[in-house]
Amino acid sequence: MQIYLPIAEVSVNAFLLLGLGGMVGVLSGMFGVGGGFLMTPLLFFIGIPPAVAVATEANQIVASSFSGVLAHLRRKTVDFKMGTVLLVGGLIGAGAGVALFNMLREMGQVDLLVKLCYVLFLGVIGALMFVESLRAIRQTRSGKPVPKRKQRGWIHALPFKMKFRTSGLYLSVIPPLVVGAAVGVLAAIMGVGGGFIMVPAMIYILGMPTKVVVGTSLFQIIFVTAFTTLLHATTNYTVDMGLALLLLIGGVVGAQIGTQIGLKMKAEQLRILLALMVLAVCGKLALDLLLEPAELYSLGTGGH
Amino acid sequence: MLIRALLLCLALALPAQAEQVVAGLSQTRVSITTNFAGSEILIFGAVKREAPLPEGTPLNVVVTVAGPSTPVTVRRKARRLGIWVNTDAVEIASAPSFYAVASTAPLELALSQAEDDRHKVSIPKAIHAAGTDAATAEFTEALIRIRRNTDLYQMLPYAVSLREETLFRTSIALPANLHEGDYTTRIFLTRGGAVVDSYETTIGVRKVGLERWVYTLAHQHPLIYGLLSLAIAIAAGWGASAIFRMVRG
Repeated sequence: MQIYLPIAEVSVNAFLLLGLGGMVGVLSGMFGVGGGFLMTPLLFFIGIPPAVAVATEANQIVASSFSGVLAHLRRKTVDFKMGTVLLVGGLIGAGAGVALFNMLREMGQVDLLVKLCYVLFLGVIGALMFVESLRAIRQTRSGKPVPKRKQRGWIHALPFKMKFRTSGLYLSVIPPLVVGAAVGVLAAIMGVGGGFIMVPAMIYILGMPTKVVVGTSLFQIIFVTAFTTLLHATTNYTVDMGLALLLLIGGVVGAQIGTQIGLKMKAEQLRILLALMVLAVCGKLALDLLLEPAELYSLGTGGH
Repeated sequence: MLIRALLLCLALALPAQAEQVVAGLSQTRVSITTNFAGSEILIFGAVKREAPLPEGTPLNVVVTVAGPSTPVTVRRKARRLGIWVNTDAVEIASAPSFYAVASTAPLELALSQAEDDRHKVSIPKAIHAAGTDAATAEFTEALIRIRRNTDLYQMLPYAVSLREETLFRTSIALPANLHEGDYTTRIFLTRGGAVVDSYETTIGVRKVGLERWVYTLAHQHPLIYGLLSLAIAIAAGWGASAIFRMVRG
């Protein structure tokens, strides 16, 4: 069934979109990530204009993270205070990100920036996660206990300290603000929630306990992506409601199936699978940049 | 309808030509609905003549359908620091978003170069590039190539069937990724490459219903549109969570 998307102005198969949403939903349910980093390149691939794909994906992430945060609220694993500090940083970052996005769009380099961001972040995160989960698997095999993480000194030397009761931390507000802002910029440029960057940053940089990390990350992602959606909608008119709706129907159903699959697998196995998938997407995008394209020319809307 | 009637009156009032085109379209409106998957326009007509059929050169019919023209930026990639990036760009002043030329014979035979220049019938002539240098020509060629690959530009020689040098018909397929606007349809009668008579009308391509409503809202009330998108997302997220909790008991 073909559906004409009112904003993207292309006609696509509705079942293809539902299927894509469902597939990415399964993966996001399994791994606890938003799935934006997979969905946005897939949308480029089926011919959705990049600007529409990025803006609409932000809207879809609002739905999936809201659904996720409700589950975490019931388990009381959301640190609202930390979430709010991250959020303040996130909103500043998102504002800067949309401004940067518009500037580069006029220069015709937005595709390049988005792709470079993807290759860089997916490559680094994928490689780190792969190495870390391999080590974890080897340690569980040899029966050694997992070594405790060292707390980093310089983070605790910073001023403006604050108590985060749910996380059990007494920490300066500067690191969470910076982490939030960095993820906000990425959310605006890449059309992702930034969960795949936020979660490791909260564990390794801020030293938050793992059980509150996912819920807190989702809590602040809702607001950052909602803000990004509004900015894209009011400045670029690129949020496609029809596209978002089809993707999120598939996505929320897929996420529930994915959660069930995820419960039956070991954490290290899940992480290594996610790492491989991230690296595969990264490799595909890197090849696109490195190999000579079949068509050297591309069309953009005229004017400024 | 009124305009067409007026045009017809005008055509009739002009000094009698040897041959005149009388044309009709299967539809003068194309509605882009949610399940729009392209449309086919049938263009047909007859050649009206007062005098007997002229001897010698055969009659040819050329039909063009042109979408609204917009400026287009064409960019070229080149290798910089090992990766392929957009380096050069040329602004094409105006290019139709859709363009189809159907004819009874190859266009070069049906229409002389001079008449093509005058009426801007062939695809390169329909595109108005500001510059005339070699670089602009290269970018214009790329624009035509890309749009021809996606059926937005169509060259259809022999697609017009002409019977007894009197009745003609052709059908033009409008693709699914169509933009809104007035699509100008022109019909030319030619003999020996020279235009004998021409006829022009428009097809209105409009988004209707839900498509129209969403598009208008997004452009005229972007803030409300953005908030509505968010409300849908929140409702869907909450709904999924509620249903899942119910299923689990």
